[in-house]
Amino acid sequence: MTWEIVIGLEVHTQLSTNTKIFSGASTAFGAEPNTQADAVSIALPGVLPVLNRGAVERAIKFGLATGSHIANRSVFARKNYFYPDLPKGYQISQFDLPVVGQGTLTIQVEPLSGNAKPYEKTVRITRAHLEEDAGKSVHGDSQGVTGIDLNRAGTPLLEIVSEPDMSSAAEAVAYAKALHTLVRWIGICDGNMQEGSFRCDVNVSVRKPGAPLGTRREIKNLNSFKFMQQAIDYEVQWQIDTIENGGKVHQATILFNPDTGETRAMRSKEDAHDYRYFPDPDLLPLEISPEWIEQVRATLPELPQAKQTRYVNDLGLSAYDASILTASREMADFFETVLAAVPKDAKLCANWIMGEVSAQLNRDGLDMTQCPITAQQLGGMLQRIADGTISNSGAKEVFRTMWAEGGSADAIIEAKGLKQVSDSGAIEALVDEIIAANADKVAEYRSGKDKLFGFFVGLAMKASKGKANPAQLNDILKKKLEG
Amino acid sequence: MIHSSLTQLGAALRAKKISSVELTQGYLDRIAELNPKLNAFITVNPEKSLAQAREADTRFASGKVGALTGIPIAQKDIFCAKGWLTTCGSKMLHNFVSPYDAHVISQFNNAGAINLGKTNMDEFAMGSSNETSHYGPVKNPWDTARVPGGSSGGTAAAVAARLCAAATGTDTGGSIRQPAALCGISGLKPTYGVVSRYGMIAFASSLDQAGPMGRNAEDLALMMNVMAGFDERDSTSLQREKEDYTRDLNKSLTGLRIGLPREFFAEGMGADVAKAVEAAIAEYKKLGAVIVDISLPNSKLSVPVYYVLAPAEASSNLSRFDGVRYGYRAPEYSDLADMYEKSRAQGFGAEVKRRIMIGTYVLSHGYYDAYYLQAQKIRRLIAQDFTEAYKQCDVIMGPTSPSTAFKLGEKGDDPVQMYLSDIYTIAVNLAGLPGMSIPCGFGANDMPVGLQIIGNYFDEARMLNVAHQFQLATDWHSRAPKL
Repeated sequence: MTWEIVIGLEVHTQLSTNTKIFSGASTAFGAEPNTQADAVSIALPGVLPVLNRGAVERAIKFGLATGSHIANRSVFARKNYFYPDLPKGYQISQFDLPVVGQGTLTIQVEPLSGNAKPYEKTVRITRAHLEEDAGKSVHGDSQGVTGIDLNRAGTPLLEIVSEPDMSSAAEAVAYAKALHTLVRWIGICDGNMQEGSFRCDVNVSVRKPGAPLGTRREIKNLNSFKFMQQAIDYEVQWQIDTIENGGKVHQATILFNPDTGETRAMRSKEDAHDYRYFPDPDLLPLEISPEWIEQVRATLPELPQAKQTRYVNDLGLSAYDASILTASREMADFFETVLAAVPKDAKLCANWIMGEVSAQLNRDGLDMTQCPITAQQLGGMLQRIADGTISNSGAKEVFRTMWAEGGSADAIIEAKGLKQVSDSGAIEALVDEIIAANADKVAEYRSGKDKLFGFFVGLAMKASKGKANPAQLNDILKKKLEG
Repeated sequence: MIHSSLTQLGAALRAKKISSVELTQGYLDRIAELNPKLNAFITVNPEKSLAQAREADTRFASGKVGALTGIPIAQKDIFCAKGWLTTCGSKMLHNFVSPYDAHVISQFNNAGAINLGKTNMDEFAMGSSNETSHYGPVKNPWDTARVPGGSSGGTAAAVAARLCAAATGTDTGGSIRQPAALCGISGLKPTYGVVSRYGMIAFASSLDQAGPMGRNAEDLALMMNVMAGFDERDSTSLQREKEDYTRDLNKSLTGLRIGLPREFFAEGMGADVAKAVEAAIAEYKKLGAVIVDISLPNSKLSVPVYYVLAPAEASSNLSRFDGVRYGYRAPEYSDLADMYEKSRAQGFGAEVKRRIMIGTYVLSHGYYDAYYLQAQKIRRLIAQDFTEAYKQCDVIMGPTSPSTAFKLGEKGDDPVQMYLSDIYTIAVNLAGLPGMSIPCGFGANDMPVGLQIIGNYFDEARMLNVAHQFQLATDWHSRAPKL
């Protein structure tokens, strides 16, 4: 009998404000320890929090992008616990009244098993709330002393909580990736997982189909999609083995060790904290007016889903092409800039971006933002394909040169003499010569051996040194052969 | 000179009858002489005070002076003052020299006032007798065997003993009004949000409010002109037009409607207190006021409500005192948890620990609804009682404290008896209203009695007018203890 897997995610996204959520200290990553810890970050006696409206705006953006309810009144609450990198002894978070309520995110799932087809799924978002990040404990210097770096303390976070709607590691990863794309797309988070800007906690349980939900264990702080998949796979198998061997899964917080590929319990429910949440009396309830929401809405870019629909309906692209071209904001922006040069040739643009450009980027280990060719350069080249100046094979050479050396398509075409011959007189003369020199093959062709057409094209191309406009050549050749 | 009011001192300074340095030195000498007997100050720093006085004297030379320029003002040791030891009456902060100024401190600095020193107080403002201070109890100048009240007992004793012309206090449940009453001086707790809490070490954030304590209502008005005003660093600070609190001092009281809450004149109030308060009411009738019988039916619940809410907030506010970043850390400990436990066990006194325990309990899972939430609901009812009452009257009057100053140690073993000494003052904090205490006579053992004046929101100017007119007609406020 098979097991059903139930997965829900809590994702901490670091919001891209310049200053902290409750003070004017900088949030830039990588500064010397404690150089960005002001009086509020250190929690000196007497200091008070003042809410950064930029953080609220980013939360509103996220709410709008996921069709979520945005609370006109939400409340900041204190989550009380002691830890050296939590300077106040409480974290300012939101509890029963979060800024963002229920919404959804539609994801494309690529199943991990080879022959299953990609499919679409809508994951429900439970809530998203604003909170401050803690500092960092820096363990194990030469004297065995733990250092505290409060630079990160007070960095704004939006914690996005999903319903337990995912039923495989593939779905969980697809959801995390879609969220990662979205938060970067709408510009609320830089998505830098190495620097901890996007951190995932994964709740996993298993059950027999139809049975009530199993006991969940929470895998904390996953900062790569690969680790997430490995951690879930390991954890699911561990839970199934435990139950099948007559054991019981106990609620726990666990950590994934990427070196061993295993999960390990950090603390059990018995020693779970009682956080004693209560409304923070230092902050007034957060009021968000409909006007404020509309102001933020006006700054929201076209979202990936809307773009995909438009690409399919208006540009005639396939759903697959549309999803690839909207995988990131950079990709979509690149595509649309290229398309502006050749507005009627969306498929041509898509093919080049998803073909040559992606392949070269992969080969060179670059991402879209590091592409050596600008969208304007590529657009310029596609214009020359569209207007017949260069052939496809000529274009490939232009592209290679552009990639390696830069320059505009027109300059490269000129320098390399790649302009096609589109002079019908010249092509006709060339075709006449070939027909005259190959009378036997012409006769064979005329007696019904159609396949020979390619042979004549080859000869003609060779004679033109590859510069003959292929479409034109085809037309003339056909006409003359059919005589 | 030591019996002069702020108005008189300001006039003398501006007329160059005395310099700020001479005046400051005069008070410092008096402190050196009498403080060993009263223990009203935790810190005096003649060097810093005199440096400020010299600077003030140069301001007189340049002519840019305000009402308080050059006048020494003592500061309750709850306010962070840059370069000053700021202990909040606790061992926990025995070594904390603040790197920044509280809003109140910088307001006085900007006004050219002199910081004369930091006054003693109950530890973290938790107490009604000043006996919980780590730095020893303050003695009442009228009888040094008696308490001065608390928590602003150092300030009250210092003003009464003429160790300073005026000083600051803070009031969470009566901490300005009750010691003012017990020491025979005037004190005003403004409407919540009128004076910024930035840099004032938090006890119970939703109740804490700073205010002036001095010889008479006119002095309090001058202090309010400096202390009040919007501060963007405190999210609960109110954005209002700047007021001149002296503007109504000389208005007639004819037709003033004084509400007397039935509940305040029932059992519990000492006969000597009742006699003095009733005489004061009679005086007001002579001044043209009319008496209105009112009811505050829920005020009897204010003590239990307060002792849920204030400890709840305090338990969280005091979490930052963990021995990690500043303040007291136990000299020996085995690990992190042990460091927290020992530092807090050794750094906090018994009353503070009691309130942290109560607060932690009422916020705990399973008790929150029954205590914290319930208390918040009753808090609203208490505030509504006042709103109803102010439909019938302009100010409310009654006793400040049920008894005159009690003996040191008298209530030390019984926290509930101690808590009941704030029975008339606490409701005012719960409602966020302004409250005042002015001297209105003497009771048993020739100890001072205070008359409480409670105003409607933002009615401080009217309250000061009501108090000033009484002080023009009586001389209770100018009586001084013999030392």
